[in-house]
Amino acid sequence: MKTLLREAGHLVRLATLGALLLILFLLVRRAVVPPSFGKYGHYRAASLEEIAARPASFAGREACEACHDDIATMKREARHARLGCEACHGALAAHAEDPSSNKATKPDTATLCVRCHEADSAKPKWFPQVVSSEHMGDVPCGSCHNPHKPKV
Amino acid sequence: MKPPPSNDLNRRDLLAGFGKFIILSGAARVALEAATTGVPPPDADKYKAAQHWWAMTIDVGRCIGCGNCVRACTKENGVPAGYFRTWVERYHVNDADLEHPVVESPNGGFDGFKPKQESAGKSFFVPKLCNHCVDSPCVQSCPVGATFESPDGVVLVDEKYCLGCRYCIQACPYGCRYLHPTKKTADKCSLCYHRITKGLTTACCEACPTGARQLANLKNPADPVHEFLRSNTVQVLKPHMATRPKVFYKDLDGAVR
Repeated sequence: MKTLLREAGHLVRLATLGALLLILFLLVRRAVVPPSFGKYGHYRAASLEEIAARPASFAGREACEACHDDIATMKREARHARLGCEACHGALAAHAEDPSSNKATKPDTATLCVRCHEADSAKPKWFPQVVSSEHMGDVPCGSCHNPHKPKV
Repeated sequence: MKPPPSNDLNRRDLLAGFGKFIILSGAARVALEAATTGVPPPDADKYKAAQHWWAMTIDVGRCIGCGNCVRACTKENGVPAGYFRTWVERYHVNDADLEHPVVESPNGGFDGFKPKQESAGKSFFVPKLCNHCVDSPCVQSCPVGATFESPDGVVLVDEKYCLGCRYCIQACPYGCRYLHPTKKTADKCSLCYHRITKGLTTACCEACPTGARQLANLKNPADPVHEFLRSNTVQVLKPHMATRPKVFYKDLDGAVR
């Protein structure tokens, strides 16, 4: 045994060095690679939860209709039935969370309606369009049309 | 599973218990228990990635170029000014030169479009966003695994892992990526992953007044997307790139690039 060790000493030293390097590699790898890396694929699985945890600004129309069912009922029968509330009113998740301290502001029909309904040859033919200056001049749309039930 | 009382364990209970144990996986056993006892499992309404395969349909014939989607996306995702995760293009195809349409997208359509009346040719709006490709060049080009396809088919960017090397920005044939000016990491449409995993639709779909954009779960047999794909001819952008995009356009003009 003793002679064997003496004669194969260079191999033992090499094997020890190899083992040490392997341990070093494993330690560095453990420190550098995030724990969830590779769980689902070649990426950090924890980032899925991080991305999914971002807060939302738009509450979604179900949240609006939970309280404002009078408007929802009126809108359901009218031309704007398919519109989400936040298409015109803007992002209102904060208002849905805490209605008392985050008031929603009423959009101005003078600028709101023409965003969609100003005539343009690129808009589809079925879509109701007006040349606003010829339609009623400076009279705001809201004085004749109720945006929730636009038919006069 | 309710353990049978130890002193009157009969052969029937024992065999049924063993049968469930051997045949059913953990999840299936919970589902069977829920179905037979009527008590839903504790995580019944938890989001399950395996039941979703996200896509989007865009009906070009419904887009009115209002820019609501661009504004909603910017607001929802904090997109820096001058950068876009989604944008709208206005096309004008001249009858005499079908190969070279005039394309404009002032500020990505964020402020809407200046009204125009063309007497001839064809004009239309095309909303664009990340196509969440099945074979994404961006995912393949990322050297560190910071951009990836989630198990439910959404191409996402891991901000904490991205080096900002911009390979993916060059790789995307649709120009859907940009380097975030302050974070210095790649950024793009996440298909509102934080919303769709909570049962909401994307911000752009929520804000679209005509329903031109529809979020679709291809794994849900009850999703209207299946009827939409059956009854319409749909195109994807740049099919020759073999990226297998999951944003399906209806009534897309051949001039769109």
